[in-house]
Amino acid sequence: MNRNVVDDRNVKALAGAVKACWSCRGPVDVRAMFCATCDALQGPTAVDHFERLELSRTFDIDLADLDRSYFRLQRLLHPDRFAAKSAPERAHSLAHSTALNRAYEILKDPLTCAEYLLTCLGAPLAGEDKTTADPVLLGEALERREALADATDALAVAALAAAAERDAEVCRATIGRAFTGNDLKAARAHTLRLRYLAKFLDDARVRQPRGAARRAASAHGATT
Amino acid sequence: MVLLDIHEPGETPVPHAATEAAVGIDLGTTNSLVAYAVDGKPEVLRNIHGEGLVPSVVAYLDDGILVGYPAKERQFDASDRVVSSIKRLMGRGIEDVKKIAGTLPYTIEPGSEGMVRLAIAGRRVSPVEVSAEILKTLKSRAEKRLEKSVARAVITVPAYFDDAARTATKDAARLAGLHVLRLVNEPTAAALAYGLDKGVEGLYAIYDLGGGTFDVSILRLEKGVFQVLATGGHAALGGDDFDHLIAERFLAERGETKPSLTLVKSALNAARTAKERLSTDHEGRWDIDAAGRLSTHNFDRVALETLIEPLIEHTIDIARHVIEDAKLAANEIKGVVLVGGATRMPIVRRMVAGLFGREPLSDIDPDEVVALGAALQAEALTSGSNTLLLDVTPLSLGLETMGGVVERVIERNTPIPVAHAQEFTTYQDGQTAMLIHVVQGEREMVDQCRSLARFVLRGIPSLVAGAARIKVTFALDADGILTVSAREELTGIEQRVEVRPSYGLAPEDMEAMLRSAMEHAREDVETRLLTESRVEGQRGLLALKSALRADGEILTPIERRTIENAMAGMERALSSTDRDMIEGWIEKLDAETLFFAERRMDRGMKTALEGLAIESLESKLQAAATTGSADAR
Ligand SMILES: Nc1ncnc2c1ncn2[C@@H]1O[C@H](COP(=O)(O)OP(=O)(O)OP(=O)(O)O)[C@@H](O)[C@H]1O
Ligand SMILES: [Mg+2]
Ligand SMILES: [Zn+2]
Repeated sequence: MNRNVVDDRNVKALAGAVKACWSCRGPVDVRAMFCATCDALQGPTAVDHFERLELSRTFDIDLADLDRSYFRLQRLLHPDRFAAKSAPERAHSLAHSTALNRAYEILKDPLTCAEYLLTCLGAPLAGEDKTTADPVLLGEALERREALADATDALAVAALAAAAERDAEVCRATIGRAFTGNDLKAARAHTLRLRYLAKFLDDARVRQPRGAARRAASAHGATT
Repeated sequence: MVLLDIHEPGETPVPHAATEAAVGIDLGTTNSLVAYAVDGKPEVLRNIHGEGLVPSVVAYLDDGILVGYPAKERQFDASDRVVSSIKRLMGRGIEDVKKIAGTLPYTIEPGSEGMVRLAIAGRRVSPVEVSAEILKTLKSRAEKRLEKSVARAVITVPAYFDDAARTATKDAARLAGLHVLRLVNEPTAAALAYGLDKGVEGLYAIYDLGGGTFDVSILRLEKGVFQVLATGGHAALGGDDFDHLIAERFLAERGETKPSLTLVKSALNAARTAKERLSTDHEGRWDIDAAGRLSTHNFDRVALETLIEPLIEHTIDIARHVIEDAKLAANEIKGVVLVGGATRMPIVRRMVAGLFGREPLSDIDPDEVVALGAALQAEALTSGSNTLLLDVTPLSLGLETMGGVVERVIERNTPIPVAHAQEFTTYQDGQTAMLIHVVQGEREMVDQCRSLARFVLRGIPSLVAGAARIKVTFALDADGILTVSAREELTGIEQRVEVRPSYGLAPEDMEAMLRSAMEHAREDVETRLLTESRVEGQRGLLALKSALRADGEILTPIERRTIENAMAGMERALSSTDRDMIEGWIEKLDAETLFFAERRMDRGMKTALEGLAIESLESKLQAAATTGSADAR
């Protein structure tokens, strides 16, 4: 019986699955990027960042897949492709390209990707989580911060940054496992920790003279 | 049913296409160029003497305006009427300019809305107008060389140009009768020329040191994709600054404390000659013959390098930051490309090589590579192409919050186009208006960033402090130009501003200038409007043709004839140059095919619903199969 309700809803949702193409004014699938009849670019639809980039909804995104999808879609939709086209198509292209860039930026970075995925799964890290966290995490953050404040030379700062980077690496793997195992509670907790680590790494970068920062940056590049 | 397609509607080539060309323009501080590409082969358009460079110099004489070499020749006998390096003032306010005013060989006055004006021989001209003169010269050179009308262009700007300078550049183009297809960042254009010509792939750095600006960009080049990872620079650092340092030294050697305008120009000229010569020679002797006295100056490369090393070190520092922003180490970068005349200096090459640990590339002429890339992009935008340019914004954008602190909304190096929203709230009970102050820059405090615009959002409902929700959206388009809109979420009150007031040209000024512009400029505006109408008419025709192909069978022969008559009318209109007639037919075609569109929609909805009925039946059967119950009711 429950199922019947779902079916009725489907019918309603899908009845709205056809809209009039702005260009040839004929029917077009609401999810279609281009009109099947006249080829005109349609406006973007409200989908999540994963679907926007035609990726499955997962934390463990292969960066090469992400790039491939992003480039392929930008090739189709970027404003440069529509510079000589009519005004409505230029506007749609701008909207598509903007949405693709946003999706790419969010999914590319493991931290924003995890935060976003939690939101999608109905367990967002709300703003207040930024300050109220579990005591263990707070203790760890405090300890690191003190160590950074006490660090007197560039080498010490670099060592702290490298240690934090290693922890971040482990943390990312843990988040991945938590999502795979559908353990949202753990995913939240570790994402929160990753947030702290990222913030710490930013602060450490500011404290480092250029040369040391560069070494740390190259380590980051090698591990992610 | 076979479609009676006598004249293949929609496939009529736009009649003027063959007689109109889109070019690439490098509008430089010192030198400007125009180039044109056919089938992926770009070429610099030269004058009859074979010169590609047009010095970015404008002379306002009593009997007319000169641009380029002819203007440059007059810089001594009419020094108060000759304007050079105007790009340094694009989008600048009077406050910014005061700092460099002493070094500028012309008088600057405040204009409307905080912008500057130059006082030249009794005229007051804006930097936008001076740039427009240079663009007009390039446009007419292209028209002469190509024997086509040129109304559209890709114009390059320093990657580090802020919103105000970009807007000013677009204004200048409009004044010159050019529609800007795209503003492309100079290093990105250079990468495009290199990538397409030399077929390089991998991570590349572009180091561009010109006459007035410095840019450095890191790009990933891969299978026709040019992805900018990070960019940075300095909007007022280049060969001009080296000239100033050298000129100061020469003037000190002469014992001058209050040099005249002519003397300053002579000293700058000697300085530039010396600087350029010392890229190949090790030492030399230069004369300054001005203000009734001849002085001779010995100068060598070691002295030059000592003088300018701090400035080059600064560029290297900026490059380091950019590498870091790209999350890379210098040794991961496969090649570094040199762009700009000032990269001919051995000290620059040495220090760049030192940073990247490899010899830089300069096999495409560093003076021409930017224009060549712009031409390639102009062709790509008008004729289609498979390459993809993905650029970023060089500067963070933010809003002023309590205590003059900047709240960033878009971080630098974010890919464009981009739109981000941020929510703000009121800080006083009953507050009904809010000042929105938009700034650009990397500093924490508002007064250290560039102020782009201020506007007041009114009509906020009177609530306790912190209850109103004001969502401010920043959108940067593919040219890097900003639009800001603010919306109070509870009431839906919305305001949208194109950010231009602070330093761009005031809209009234722009209108007045366009009106008073030369006759041909007005024709260009008309040409553009005609092009737009044609594109729209053409689109309507093509769409209708596709619709007839797909759903033509739902029409009776009489109905079909009505539609075909309307299409024929549109085609006649499109082959004319009568914009009103085209616009008329666009409306007519729309009206006369409305019934066809409605019938197609009805049919489409029905088909979709039938498809759905089947889908839903299938899902029911499937559900029944999995639960083992046939109760689908
Ligand atoms: N051989 C040389 N040695 C040193 N400097 C040179 C040499 N040739 C040209 N320059 C300098 O290069 C500068 C001009 O370079 P370029 O034409 O690339 O600049 P631009 O494109 O006009 O400026 P920008 O890109 O900053 O707007 C001038 O300062 C000029 O003196
Ligand atoms: Mg240049
Ligand atoms: Zn269509």
